[in-house]
Amino acid sequence: MATTTPPQDQSRRGTGERAPGRLGNVIFKGISTTSGVMILVTLAAVAIFLLYRAWPALVANAEEFADVSFIEGNLWEWVAPLLFGTVLAAVIALVVAMPLSIGIALFISHYAPRRLAQLLGYIIDLLAAIPSVIFGLWGFQWLRPLVEPLFAWLSSNLGFIPLFADYTSPARNITTGGLVLAIMIVPIITATIREVFLQTPRLHEEASLALGSTRWEMIRQAVLPFGRSGIISAAMLGLGRALGETMAILIVLSPGYAINFFLLQAGQHNTIAANIALHFPESSGIAVDALIASGLILFAVTFGVNMLARWIINRRAEFSGAN
Amino acid sequence: MSKRIDVSDLNVYYGDFLAVEGVNMTIEARSVTALIGPSGCGKSTFLRTLNRMHEVIPGAYVKGKAVMDGKDLYAPHVDPVEVRRQIGMVFQRPNPFPTMSIADNVLAGVKLNNRRISRSDAADMVERSLTGANLWNEVKDRLDKPGSSLSGGQQQRLCIARAIAVQPEVLLMDEPCSALDPISTLAIEDLIHELKNDYTIVIVTHNMQQAARVSDRTGFFNIEGTGKPGHLIEMDDTTTMFSSPSQKATEDYISGRFG
Ligand SMILES: Nc1ncnc2c1ncn2[C@@H]1O[C@H](COP(=O)(O)OP(=O)(O)O)[C@@H](O)[C@H]1O
Ligand SMILES: [Mg+2]
Repeated sequence: MATTTPPQDQSRRGTGERAPGRLGNVIFKGISTTSGVMILVTLAAVAIFLLYRAWPALVANAEEFADVSFIEGNLWEWVAPLLFGTVLAAVIALVVAMPLSIGIALFISHYAPRRLAQLLGYIIDLLAAIPSVIFGLWGFQWLRPLVEPLFAWLSSNLGFIPLFADYTSPARNITTGGLVLAIMIVPIITATIREVFLQTPRLHEEASLALGSTRWEMIRQAVLPFGRSGIISAAMLGLGRALGETMAILIVLSPGYAINFFLLQAGQHNTIAANIALHFPESSGIAVDALIASGLILFAVTFGVNMLARWIINRRAEFSGAN
Repeated sequence: MSKRIDVSDLNVYYGDFLAVEGVNMTIEARSVTALIGPSGCGKSTFLRTLNRMHEVIPGAYVKGKAVMDGKDLYAPHVDPVEVRRQIGMVFQRPNPFPTMSIADNVLAGVKLNNRRISRSDAADMVERSLTGANLWNEVKDRLDKPGSSLSGGQQQRLCIARAIAVQPEVLLMDEPCSALDPISTLAIEDLIHELKNDYTIVIVTHNMQQAARVSDRTGFFNIEGTGKPGHLIEMDDTTTMFSSPSQKATEDYISGRFG
């Protein structure tokens, strides 16, 4: 019975009610095409704007920057440490955030009782909606005093490792900045990974369990490999946010222009985005061009990171289970 | 390497829903036991209780006994993981791990049971298991290719190889051929014939000719109506079941005069 009903329905729609369906199709197609084109146009417009405004700074030599108080040397000498700081902060954030996010996502998808899992999922989604300035203030007021004793301990006990050498209070250093970023990106990464884990085919989980795996073995055998490309995508999403984050870093970090790995020293590093926000209001002329050029470089890096992720995902597509 | 299982007064629940009621059954060692019956009567549900896979579904539980080798599989101290290592399972849809190569699929269970195996032992085990599953000749040149690159019938034999690689006592199969073409089905049936020399096999099947072809004993499950629990109506030697069953319902079902 049930199987004969739909064809009848369809044939009716095929004759009498054709027009409304058509119109809906046309409208939807129009909207989706327009928005697709809009996205491309916007992207192109942003890229062109950046290139156009950045061009004078890109071709300028060191003398032309002589009047700009915050630039020493030529553009590349100035951007290199900022780029370094940007990547360093983002990497610290990712190194902290990924294991945490995978753990929370696994707990929600495979360990927690349903009620608790729902509640946690809801909280994570809420956290993802908190504006970054709040995270910045919270990091400065709450997290910084909390980690200061830890940093002091690290520096006095493991200070012979250059990474931890010469901690100076207050902890307005790249590590605190990275930690705030980590907490900022955990929700979005967790939410993405959780969705992927929840989609693990029951078939493969049961295959593993039936072989006599414990729950953790099953996760390693079926859930994590299945979620691999999703985990990478989530990491890139988080990395993208961390690279571009401005307010939190601006508030927490005491800026500097060095290239080094003194993770616990303040006044060593800065990020491109925070640096733009810091100097843009008092800049004019070639200084603005230089800031925009640094923005262009950030844009290129983010783009490159995404391409890299795509390449990693595609490299083992054969084994992804997509076929 | 094969054992018999005695099931007594087994009730199987999904939360409040009693899906299968009062099963008493003896599954003989080194033989093939087929379970037949209309769909929804609880064949799969019952089969999954034998290796404690039933309880991985939230809220699902079992009352009663299933004794293998003098030990109740449902005794309080028994670890379900341990039970599943001794009683392997092959599912209705072939489910090799898509992220693993053919060889790694075969070794998936072995690596759980005893972490470290030498390269040569592993190669031996892959060859032995794939040979045991009548698949070796077809895949020996592409062991490092993904399992999902095989045809459905080959994937199912790969799953059988994976299950027998851990040398279980019992092999459970839930309609292993229902997603396969006739030629692959024949290949699996031949394989079942060979496997019964070493393993106790329980197979659920929709196909009565298949039950008649492969099994030594047959159990018939039935259900009175939706929402009612399934029952084991009758169990006997396969030849007897298909020639002169003692229950009217069995005869109706076998002769196709069913609802
Ligand atoms: N995961 C489940 N949760 C709740 N009820 C289920 C589940 N799986 C099966 N059932 C119910 O248990 C009964 C037996 O199903 P099943 O064992 O799949 O039958 P068969 O394999 O004989 O076709 C059916 O009424 C079915 O609706
Ligand atoms: Mg079934």
